[in-house]
Amino acid sequence: MASSMLSLGSTSLLPREINKDKLKLGNSGSNPFLKAKSISRVTMTVAVQPSRFEGITMAPPDPILGVSEAFKADTNELKLNLGVGAYRTEELQPYVLNVVKKAENLMLERGDNKEYLPIEGLAAFNKATAELLFGAGHPVIKEQKNIFNDAKVPWSEYRYYDPKTIGLDFEGMIADIKEAPEGSFILLHGCAHNPTGIDPTPEQWVKIADVIQEKNHIPFFDVAYQGFASGSLDEDAASVRLFAERGMEFFVAQSYSKNLGLYAERIGAINVVCSSADAATRVKSQLKRIARPMYSNPPVHGARIVANVVGDATMFGEWKAEMEMMAGRIKTVRQKLYDSLVSKDKSGKDWSFILKQIGMFSFTGLNKAQSDNMTNKWHVYMTKDGRISLAGLSLAKCEYLADAIIDSYHNALLYWETPIEL
Amino acid sequence: MAMATTIRNAASRRAMSPISVDFSLRSMSSWWKNVEPAPKDPILGVTEAFLADPSPEKVNVGVGAYRDDNGKPVVLECVREAERRIAGSSFMEYLPMGGSVKMVEETLKLAYGDNSEFIKDKRIAAVQSLSGTGACRLFADFQKRFCPGSQIYIPVPTWSNHHNIWRDAQVPQKTYHYYHPETKGLDFSGLMDDVKNAPEGSFFLLHACAHNPTGVDPTDEQWREISQLFKAKKHFAFFDMAYQGFASGDPARDAKSIRIFLEDGHHIGISQSYAKNMGLYGQRVGCLSVLCEDEKQAVTVKSQLQQLARPMYSNPPLHGAHIVSTILGDPELKSLWLKEVKIMADRIIGMRTTLKESLEKLGSPLSWEHVTKQIGMFCYSGLTPEQVDRLTSEYHIYMTRNGRISMAGVTTGNVGYLANAIHEVTKSSS
Repeated sequence: MASSMLSLGSTSLLPREINKDKLKLGNSGSNPFLKAKSISRVTMTVAVQPSRFEGITMAPPDPILGVSEAFKADTNELKLNLGVGAYRTEELQPYVLNVVKKAENLMLERGDNKEYLPIEGLAAFNKATAELLFGAGHPVIKEQKNIFNDAKVPWSEYRYYDPKTIGLDFEGMIADIKEAPEGSFILLHGCAHNPTGIDPTPEQWVKIADVIQEKNHIPFFDVAYQGFASGSLDEDAASVRLFAERGMEFFVAQSYSKNLGLYAERIGAINVVCSSADAATRVKSQLKRIARPMYSNPPVHGARIVANVVGDATMFGEWKAEMEMMAGRIKTVRQKLYDSLVSKDKSGKDWSFILKQIGMFSFTGLNKAQSDNMTNKWHVYMTKDGRISLAGLSLAKCEYLADAIIDSYHNALLYWETPIEL
Repeated sequence: MAMATTIRNAASRRAMSPISVDFSLRSMSSWWKNVEPAPKDPILGVTEAFLADPSPEKVNVGVGAYRDDNGKPVVLECVREAERRIAGSSFMEYLPMGGSVKMVEETLKLAYGDNSEFIKDKRIAAVQSLSGTGACRLFADFQKRFCPGSQIYIPVPTWSNHHNIWRDAQVPQKTYHYYHPETKGLDFSGLMDDVKNAPEGSFFLLHACAHNPTGVDPTDEQWREISQLFKAKKHFAFFDMAYQGFASGDPARDAKSIRIFLEDGHHIGISQSYAKNMGLYGQRVGCLSVLCEDEKQAVTVKSQLQQLARPMYSNPPLHGAHIVSTILGDPELKSLWLKEVKIMADRIIGMRTTLKESLEKLGSPLSWEHVTKQIGMFCYSGLTPEQVDRLTSEYHIYMTRNGRISMAGVTTGNVGYLANAIHEVTKSSS
């Protein structure tokens, strides 16, 4: 089955935030005031009109990126940043993969030029990225693009997280997907769900595929952590490959921000699996048309790094090893955190959800007030939904974090936001 | 990357409008039956055709990417040196949403002046953008969100992607006179009439220098008159400056139009790009700036620009920005850059002269004054689409059908061939 792929920059697919701020519409055309200004020996009367942007209010701080800013401003030496999902070493330093440095040096030696890529991006990258996702031998036509979240697409939600079990509300998820009008787009996380770390089991994925196929829905996979969840690139692509085998038309967004540590280079791919080569060609042309007035063509540097790493057997092997190392560190930290919680908490609370979750994040089950306590009392920075980034946790800090979580869970104001509507 | 996972009862969800599709055929057919092939991009399509041509004589004067006298792409020496310095050393953490602070600071100095009071007073809201395209698009989206009733006035002709940008931002477009086909120069009175007749407080897109595709720029005096009329009409000036340094060889000189408007008290917007003048095409480095009333408003506006960027691409790419800030932040590298920009600009000016003289030597019945009067990367030759087609089919010369020649693609090696071909297809014109 022919498929066409396009690249998606690692943008988060935030639900549309309704802008409640009052905006001043247009230019009211109020009377300008005159301001005399001297320029050398000539005095010019300069009409300085009131700004068009009078009524513009401050945008709210980003809920995730704002956390890092607050962390930076904190002077307490115990502080811990478990906010944004960027991988850190045990020494809590950012990590540039060795294989990436190798690729960059190679590129420097070769003296590649900096010409525009075609709108669809670097061909070598497109080929490599498709194979990584779908497996070699899967017939694809490639493309590389940044896609923006069109805020004008109406959205609804399906149940996913069950706060009672701190696990997957599988029944609710299936029911909601079944209830959605036929032909709905369904956003799925390919692996290592963000923010909960809770993934369906392989058996559950089969049932999800069944109901999606039954309702002729269009899945949109966000795969931001391939390799980072289990440590295996192939294993983490299992959900996507299952759907591909079913012959469905669907989308997959890929990112190399985390698994190749290329956060700032903005490199990813959008893949669109179509039912025919003809459909793929037409779809690709329209995606290029959307991309051209957004950014013309994608940034080359990150694409070249990926193409070099994935395209060279030795470097690819080195990457897989570093990938396993990073995922391994996170698994070790999870275990240590769990052990610390179990040994310190005498209440009998079941903390095993920490071990069941997978990937960079853990949903602690802490509510907003409890999360605030984490920050205000313990200088632990996290997002208000109770998400902690294990990538930002070291073995050395696990016990401190366990203390903070236990205290926040039991002693913070018992205000529980109840989003459940009956 | 947070996803909303609040729990809602399925029944209370907003109803989604049903999609009318024949479900009985669904499993056999594609969702994308109704998707038509998009038209080919008029500019990028030219290079595709050129690459596919096997002729050894082929010449590409299509896309506006600089070539050296051997027709090869150029990576500036200052860029190579900057890359050597940063290779292996930079962490690749996400930039803030507004991009590299250092890069933006240096970039504002180029546009507003090293000692600009506006920079000192922190009155400029500025963010790193995805080159010039990204800066224009971000501004268009900003315009749509905060001045929703407004239109954009775009010159005729302009870079074709300008139309796509404001269209996709859903800002209605109007045009204003700019190019005068008879003189192959500026239609100044037409321009002024359109500025005068536009409703008060309109948004105008201006090319700061080296107009694309015509190479026709207003004189300083004409810019002053335009500025005065803009003041009287309270119009908003948005400058697209994609060729600073590339026009005259002197970046300060090329920013003159902007400086005139600033002196006159306008609160302008600017899109800047390093694609051409630093040869960083594929790195997608640029900057969008909006001059505000005061520091407080600048902070506010910047926050809104970031808010627009976040769902589009989260934060901009690092590599190119790092190159820019390394170069502009080091006096030696900056001075090397200025030399290299001048070399590029001078080579183009030299080729203009050679092309014009070659055509005159061939005894062309037409005037080719405009070749040397026009400025920047492009020459609006005056060739008709039919003549352009002949150039392509008979001589394997590739350019866009509006007759725009990218002078950056002209070399001492091909200028004679080019002149001859142009002469052949035009010699019977009156």
